[in-house]
Amino acid sequence: MLEAAELECERGARTLFRGVSFVLRAGELLRVAGANGSGKTSLLRILCGLARPSAGEVRWKGQPIARLKEDYARELVYIGHAPAVKDDLTPRENLAIGCRLAGQETSGEALAAALERLGVPELPVRKLSQGQRRRAALARLLVSEAPLWLLDEPFAALDAEGISNLNGLIGKHVGGGGAIAFTTHQDAGIAATRVIELS
Amino acid sequence: MFDTARCVVQRDLLLALRRRSDVATALLFFVIVASLFPLGVGAEPNLLRSIAPGVIWVAALLSSMLSLGRLFAADHADGTLEQMLLGAVPLGVVVMAKGCAHWLVSGLPLVVIAPLIALQYDLAPGLYGVLALSLLLGTPVLSLIGAIGAALTLGLRGGGVLLALLVLPLYVPVLILGAGSVEMAGAGLEPDGQLLLLGALLVLAAAFAPWAIAAALRISME
Repeated sequence: MLEAAELECERGARTLFRGVSFVLRAGELLRVAGANGSGKTSLLRILCGLARPSAGEVRWKGQPIARLKEDYARELVYIGHAPAVKDDLTPRENLAIGCRLAGQETSGEALAAALERLGVPELPVRKLSQGQRRRAALARLLVSEAPLWLLDEPFAALDAEGISNLNGLIGKHVGGGGAIAFTTHQDAGIAATRVIELS
Repeated sequence: MFDTARCVVQRDLLLALRRRSDVATALLFFVIVASLFPLGVGAEPNLLRSIAPGVIWVAALLSSMLSLGRLFAADHADGTLEQMLLGAVPLGVVVMAKGCAHWLVSGLPLVVIAPLIALQYDLAPGLYGVLALSLLLGTPVLSLIGAIGAALTLGLRGGGVLLALLVLPLYVPVLILGAGSVEMAGAGLEPDGQLLLLGALLVLAAAFAPWAIAAALRISME
């Protein structure tokens, strides 16, 4: 489904990585590994179309994502470093807005059920801990129907229960024919189909 | 598409409602700046009457500037902006909605409150309507042009000052036309020409600013 061809990323005068190529098929899990500053986040931002590679191309079902634009965005969920939840809103309001932006109609019950399953209390996000914020962001995965997930450090700030919950979600999505690319610098105890090591 | 735009407007209004102090600051700034002039230049009625349109418009300009910094910065900091860039609708639609929300929160209150401020300047009775109308047409342009600047300076160090340097010169046509229309009316002439030009500026800004904002955001976010 997702295809990266000879990606190269430059930051300032420094080349972070070059010649990164892979194919991610339905039902596959790709782990992007590497030390801090090796370009994991940059690679993921290139994959979702937020940043442009200095060379190379990302293709979705054979078409360059630069041409697909919103049609590609509709097919993916990206969860970045920042949890994309607003401090002044409740997790449920945040989730509802996130779904709307992604062009998805979700019923209020589905939103509440997703948040409850991940154990996020219905308080203004300002009062939540980092781990709870992260869970509130990950709730997007439960309600989304997009086939491609791009997760940047999804395990950060999660406790053991959160990690096992997320591993369950990842397993279910991959089992159901979805594709996932995620970055992590720690071993999360989940078997990836493929690992890219950035150095 | 319109559903998403409405959702963004609602979200920004809800956020403004939960952070009322931010909105109040910009509005109070307007009131205070506009009220300082009569204290500073003295109570000579003719002088006050003649400077009123310019002073009120400049105060509106500065107050609209004040809230621009937050327009994208907050969404940038918590990652919401990335999700908007990856949204299912074109980014131009989302930023247009954000511009509308910004105007509803920071521009519309000025339109309502400006006639009250004008009382301090003893503006001629027929001019209150023209002043409000010129602000009604002009302040949305300020929000849209300002949003381009806010998008360009997003994430830069010292972005606030840079934003002012970038955006204030672009506000000049709006200022000239806006204050000019009230002065024309004050001189007993028809202000229609200036107001129509302001309207034309609004149409132009509404048509092209979303593109420019979207392009600027994509550059800033890379």
